[in-house]
Amino acid sequence: MTQPDNFGFNEEAALLKSSARKFFADKFPTSTLHALVAGDHRPDRPSECLWDRSLWQQMVDLGWTMLAVPEASGGVGMPAVAVAGLVEELGRAAFPCPLLGTLSATYVLAACGAAGEQALAEIAAGSSAALAITNAAGSWSAGDTDVRFADGKLNGGAWYVQDARKVGRLLVSAHTDAGLGLFWVATDAPGVNVQADTIVDLTRDQAHISFTDVAAEQVSANGLAALGQAMPAVWTMLAADMVGAAEWQLQTTVEYVGTRQQFDRPLGFFQAVKHPLVDVMLQIDQAKSLVYNAACAIDCEPGRALQAAHMAKASASEAAAYASGRSVQLHGGIGFTWECFVHLYFKRQKHSQMLFGDAAWHRARLADIVIGPLAATAS
Amino acid sequence: MSDSASKDSPEQAEFREYCRTWLQDNRPPDPTVRLPLSALEIMTTEQLTYLQAWQKAAYDAGLVGCDYPEAVGGGGRKDCQRVANEEMLAARMPYFPNIIGLGMAAPTVFYHAQDELKQRLLPRLFSGEDIWCQGFSEPGAGSDLASVQTFAERRGDKWVINGHKVWTSLAHFAEWMIILLRTDKSHKYDGLSYFVVPIRSALGKGVTVRPLIKITGETGFNEVIFDKLEVDDSYRLDELGKGWQVAMTTLLHERGAGELQTPRSGGLKNKGSHATTAANLIELARTVQRDGHAAADDPLIRDRIMQQLIREVGFAQNQRRARVPDLLDHPMRLLLQNKLLASEISQQTSELALEVAGASASLYLGDDNAPAGGQWNLAYMNSYGMTIAAGTSEVQRNILGERVLGLAKSK
Repeated sequence: MTQPDNFGFNEEAALLKSSARKFFADKFPTSTLHALVAGDHRPDRPSECLWDRSLWQQMVDLGWTMLAVPEASGGVGMPAVAVAGLVEELGRAAFPCPLLGTLSATYVLAACGAAGEQALAEIAAGSSAALAITNAAGSWSAGDTDVRFADGKLNGGAWYVQDARKVGRLLVSAHTDAGLGLFWVATDAPGVNVQADTIVDLTRDQAHISFTDVAAEQVSANGLAALGQAMPAVWTMLAADMVGAAEWQLQTTVEYVGTRQQFDRPLGFFQAVKHPLVDVMLQIDQAKSLVYNAACAIDCEPGRALQAAHMAKASASEAAAYASGRSVQLHGGIGFTWECFVHLYFKRQKHSQMLFGDAAWHRARLADIVIGPLAATAS
Repeated sequence: MSDSASKDSPEQAEFREYCRTWLQDNRPPDPTVRLPLSALEIMTTEQLTYLQAWQKAAYDAGLVGCDYPEAVGGGGRKDCQRVANEEMLAARMPYFPNIIGLGMAAPTVFYHAQDELKQRLLPRLFSGEDIWCQGFSEPGAGSDLASVQTFAERRGDKWVINGHKVWTSLAHFAEWMIILLRTDKSHKYDGLSYFVVPIRSALGKGVTVRPLIKITGETGFNEVIFDKLEVDDSYRLDELGKGWQVAMTTLLHERGAGELQTPRSGGLKNKGSHATTAANLIELARTVQRDGHAAADDPLIRDRIMQQLIREVGFAQNQRRARVPDLLDHPMRLLLQNKLLASEISQQTSELALEVAGASASLYLGDDNAPAGGQWNLAYMNSYGMTIAAGTSEVQRNILGERVLGLAKSK
């Protein structure tokens, strides 16, 4: 299969992206985000799950949460490039909601074959979901789980589960006698205990979840294959979110250094300020181009999707780190305060950087593909 | 290529087929001399003669200047230069020697010269019979280009030029120079005018060309001294005092952000050919030993090579996204990054290659044991030419910060 030169980003995709931008700009400006999530500044504040459910419901009603669900399962079946456009706008708004988790579960379920169809239909009907596939050590490798499935029951724990307190369903990976299995579990099912983590990021919630004799529906008996197929989409969407958030960081900082005067000049006049902001832009643009490249590969050339998604997430993680640092530094003293909005994105980006593998993790895997596996070297 | 071909207009599809067939039937003979990495390092007439013969053949076949009107010696086609370029690059042809002429002089002359002058100059520029060079920088005018002092004094319908231009690539072979001159000392920007000047015919009669030697040891660029050179007013482009605006047309095309596609050929493998790519870097890392193992098995080296690969692919994908308006927040945002990214990525890749090469990085062109014939050293040193010429990386960052991000102007 060949890739279309425009990434397949058609009129429909452009319309979705621009309506999403307008939706968040109108209904959820950054001042609203700050008022919603930054009420308690204490560093040892208890974990909270602060979000606007009614706006989320509007997104569900607009069909945004089922964009990636195949038409056969009652969804819209939008290509990944179009979904990435929406997610970029979600990231720009740093909107707290379980869209990334729901999309991630969608891509994994879509790789599960017939057994995943019922769960997909639930997402199409408005259910939200999170991936519960990470162990206590925080390993991002598919197959590293501390949950075990035996005698029809799940037992064990899943860690670093995103937006766990906002969702109704969990997609759980667990060891079975026949390899890695995937399971679809309701968060309120008996034996599921969601224990909130206290995290830095104010725009998400995170939890570790224990499973005690939980009855679960198996959606895949070959979880490694399904995750292998779907993870490129999971990484690409997260990278799209980071690119959108980084663009907010860039534009907000550019605006500030255009207003703030020192030495009788706007700060942006000085090259010590101007050039790093250009470098932020260069990094964002590289990451953004790689995100749409990866999304297009997912849609049109799956054989290249893994490489392309490793590049997108590695690049987005670097761009997010650099944009975050510069956004606080170039705001000067005010940027170091709780009242200035930049810390919200700084923290969201820090979280996203490590989530599902940081830049070095993705580059190591890319190297295994491009150069070949690391030879076993006797030390 | 099939990707591009599938989106061709009927005219482009027919032209592509023509190019492909012609290139198959008319491959030039292999060069008998070592060709340098690019036209900017052409040192000998043997090298030049071989490359000029190729450009002339390609022009006569209609593969150069395709999108310019027939009246000025072009092909009169629409958006076909890109097609010819793709086919010439895919067929791995030699590069064109008249690189300054095709990339910078041609669009500038086309947009700003009188019809008669265009008709006279452009056909021999396209054919490569007339080599062109560019007289912008001076000893006292580098990044601050508008401070050029080379002065043209009016004498009736003639101008008398006195001054000193530097970093003038190909001046030692050039018939013509595009030149930015001061015609009024009381205004910085509005005191500039733009001319084309015949320099070869004036050698020893008002024009002196002296080679400058690069850090690599190669020649290829020069200083050009004007001592009372008389030129006709008909060689002025656009109005008096509009030189800065005309220079912007040149610079936009030089930095790969112009309207007209530059005719481009290349890819021919020869003794001097070398590509500064992550793929070649990986090949190097496989062959070089580091602590008893291939450098390609060193996790830190792998990570850094992947960083370069990602930058390289990201840059290629920028080119793709630049053509999707719905994914651009600002129309010039990606185009104005081209020169900066191309030069810096190439610099980082060659710099890393020399680290990967370890002890053998000390070996240069004349040593049989040098990795890739010593070309990595040559590429690394030459990369500073790219990050300095055509507006330094620092100037590029000013332009991006001011034009795209809207930050306050540094000047």
